[in-house]
Amino acid sequence: MAKQAVSFTLNGKTVDVLVEPRELLIHTLRENLNHTGAHIGCETSHCGVCTVDVDGESVKSCTLLTVQAAGSDVKSVEGMASADGLHVIQQAFVDEHGLQCGFCTPGMLMRAYRFLQENPDPSDEEIRWGMSGNLCRCTGYQNIIEAVKTAAKNLQQA
Amino acid sequence: MDKVADKQEREGSLNGVGCSRKRKEDARFIQGKGNYTDDIKMPGMLFADMVRSPYAHARIISINKEKALALPGVHAVITAEDLKPLNLHWMPTLAGDVQAVLADEKVHFQYQEVALVVADDRYIAADAIDLVEVEYEELPVLIDPHKAMTDDAPILREDLVGKMEGAHSSRKHNNHIFNWQAGEKESTDRVFDAAEVTVSQDMVYHRVHPCPLETCGCVASMDKINGKLTVYLTSQAPHVVRTVVSNLSGLPESSIRIVSPDIGGGFGNKVGIYPGYVASIVASIVLGVPVKWVEDRMENISTTAFARDYHMRGELAADSNGIIKGLRVNVLADHGAFDSCADPSKFPAGFMHICTGSYDIPVAHLNVDGVYTNKAPGGVSYRCSFRVTEAVYVIERTIDVLAQKLGIDKAEIRRRNFVKKEQFPYKTCLGFELDSGDYHTALEKVLDAVDYKGLRREQEEKRAKGELMGIGLVTFTEVVGAGPSKSCDILGVGMFDSAEIRVHPTGSVMARMGTITQGQGHQTTYAQIIASELGITSDEIAIEEGDTDTAPYGLGTYGSRSTPVGGAATAVAARKIKAKAKKIAAHLLEVSEDDLEWEVDRFKVKGVPGQEKTMKDIAWAAYNNVPDGMEPGLEAVDYYDPPNFTFPFGAYLCVVDIDKDTGVTDIRRFYALDDCGTRINPMIIDGQIHGGLTEGYAVAMGQEMPYDEEGNLLGNTLMDYFLPTFVETPKWETDYTVTPSPHHPIGAKGVAESPHVGSIPTFTSAMVDAFAHLDVTHMDMPHNAFRVWKQIKALGLLDN
Repeated sequence: MAKQAVSFTLNGKTVDVLVEPRELLIHTLRENLNHTGAHIGCETSHCGVCTVDVDGESVKSCTLLTVQAAGSDVKSVEGMASADGLHVIQQAFVDEHGLQCGFCTPGMLMRAYRFLQENPDPSDEEIRWGMSGNLCRCTGYQNIIEAVKTAAKNLQQA
Repeated sequence: MDKVADKQEREGSLNGVGCSRKRKEDARFIQGKGNYTDDIKMPGMLFADMVRSPYAHARIISINKEKALALPGVHAVITAEDLKPLNLHWMPTLAGDVQAVLADEKVHFQYQEVALVVADDRYIAADAIDLVEVEYEELPVLIDPHKAMTDDAPILREDLVGKMEGAHSSRKHNNHIFNWQAGEKESTDRVFDAAEVTVSQDMVYHRVHPCPLETCGCVASMDKINGKLTVYLTSQAPHVVRTVVSNLSGLPESSIRIVSPDIGGGFGNKVGIYPGYVASIVASIVLGVPVKWVEDRMENISTTAFARDYHMRGELAADSNGIIKGLRVNVLADHGAFDSCADPSKFPAGFMHICTGSYDIPVAHLNVDGVYTNKAPGGVSYRCSFRVTEAVYVIERTIDVLAQKLGIDKAEIRRRNFVKKEQFPYKTCLGFELDSGDYHTALEKVLDAVDYKGLRREQEEKRAKGELMGIGLVTFTEVVGAGPSKSCDILGVGMFDSAEIRVHPTGSVMARMGTITQGQGHQTTYAQIIASELGITSDEIAIEEGDTDTAPYGLGTYGSRSTPVGGAATAVAARKIKAKAKKIAAHLLEVSEDDLEWEVDRFKVKGVPGQEKTMKDIAWAAYNNVPDGMEPGLEAVDYYDPPNFTFPFGAYLCVVDIDKDTGVTDIRRFYALDDCGTRINPMIIDGQIHGGLTEGYAVAMGQEMPYDEEGNLLGNTLMDYFLPTFVETPKWETDYTVTPSPHHPIGAKGVAESPHVGSIPTFTSAMVDAFAHLDVTHMDMPHNAFRVWKQIKALGLLDN
């Protein structure tokens, strides 16, 4: 299958890749660009472990073709921390024990990153609905909710 | 600073046992730097994909590889015919049976592995599996285990025809795997015949799947130049995998390196050794390049490791006051097409004989028959110790039925039958010695916390208004920490576990264990144990597991055995180091060992203030100034063979409200009190309990693996298979008591599986309780809205 040149921005840097039109963004990120933070859990858009941020929206990268991401601004978990240290949301997940095996965590963090911009001061119920596209098998979500609340508080104070 | 404050500050700075230390493993996970099997990339690596059977039972007439091999980028198509010359077309299971690596002339379940395709990338491999042409001749399908041993049942395992001596017992039918019994049948029957009251309840513990978010997979790499096989794989028991791979391949264990890297959840799914692993290893050996195989979600749910599928009858004999006189449990166990349960060898039904629960039952009999059906193999312990979930379910359900029959409150009937605190250690009539417990205290604490009497009053008011409200109550006892090697082994290897600790000259520590974390936080908690034992801050203690080239041999992490066995090995190895450190301290201080006392992080000369050596001082001296005749260095290994299991227990209470028109259930309240003995890290314990309760909720309220009569699995994607989201997951309330295990070096018992084991019958207890005033004694899981609505309809409760 003929390959296509695609360019997009990944965590602020322009990347150029040569991909088959059928290649999924998650595979390009993981195998072509060595960004293995986002994972693959279901291939049916249910689990959310592949969640990245594309042009200001949370996107499950197992259901987006890489060619569809041409020209987009893509953010992944690898871009969250900065020279100043961990992102407030990352720190909150550590402080509230919001992760166990870590497999869902990159997707969960990226969803929280977008969700807290959509709703900077959410209630527990709003967090439950706003994050519900991301599954976790380990935590029972309770401490993730605490982490998102802590992050919201700390982001507002920052 | 005064002495007490100084001591307390030093103690606090250790971050040892009992503190909610933040997790050491988090830094990599939150920054996308975890290293899971599918993250591993090797030069020249190829990708494998599996051709699978669309039929549940069929003869393979032919396999044509030509079109697949003609596709550019395809390197190999491997079938059973290719494995036969290597004698690798079948492999032993952990349960004493054999399993086809790739289907040998016949397929026995839908999605069974038929051929492995190896290609340049995963897209080409996926294209190529569609090009492999397999011709099948369909055979009669056996799905219902109750029909497995009838005269006209189709014979599934032709390879076993005539072999009527199974691994665990003689077989009475071609589809029979084993019969296993515990207790005394005759005396139990006599108690039932003479009893004032008896109850009997049939129940199905349905087939479910652990479904961790990371599926199973491996990267196999045969280095032909150095003769070394390295396999990264998603295994909860990497050392056992090495032994099996050695036995299968003929390579010495020293030429095999198995690495379990970061694991994205296990829950029992990753204990077994799967055809995909073996076929990928063969492919790498044949092709001489690394081969990666990672199953997708459908393959995961369909083929690797279902759990449960126990069809049970629980019977209790009692007097009119509800005092239990005897227990009978009968089980028909559906093991699927191959017996690949992962139980200790001598226990084909796991520890089902813990089914006497928390109760003082004089006599009991347990009978289990395992049968083959045309379903996927497995029978793993989904977040539980070997069949303990099934055992707890049957006793907790049946005691509720007894309470209902006698009109005794379900809290009261438990009070009357509990093993009392002063009876421990208590030998159960089915052969376990419960090491410790305080069941009454746990129950009363929960009842007080939720205002049980108030809830019952509220329920009465609601019932009067025609509303459905249920209160579930369970008081469970688990058996975990397998186990004493006199009774427990896997493939002949005793179920000890191990720790190796090295103290460096500057007083930091590197420790390795035979277990492997999958989210439990071993890197954090093992360091806490060592910190408290040796007086070295846990931040300077590095923990490594999962690489068979470096870690000591261990049986791995499942059945809540890491803390009871691996944690014990860790404490004992640390104590060996401390014993040597004491000798060095005595030498440095020029006193006898008897003159020394330990305080937090140092040995002090009794009664002489200031005369002391810290563990850091001693570590340095261990490498340059040891007593005459002592070898230098400061390290120890311990292989810990536990004297007994541990028996965590708990009391759980659940309140449900059911919508009468839709059958939708609201879990209004769930209160979980756990006693796991000594608490190493309360933060992690709470996290484990939240997770286990959520998995219990999933099993009880929604998960199922339904098969149609032709053996098609109806529901093997996350569209159908229920994984609770943020929205429906209840809010959990947790509580605890502490009854240390008397035989464990630090008194710890294990915790991560209790909430799964304990919560499932609690949900059923609550659901049934909502209908108990209408004489409903049992409802089978899963309690999804449709099934509950059908119950409501059957009772004539619908308004129209």
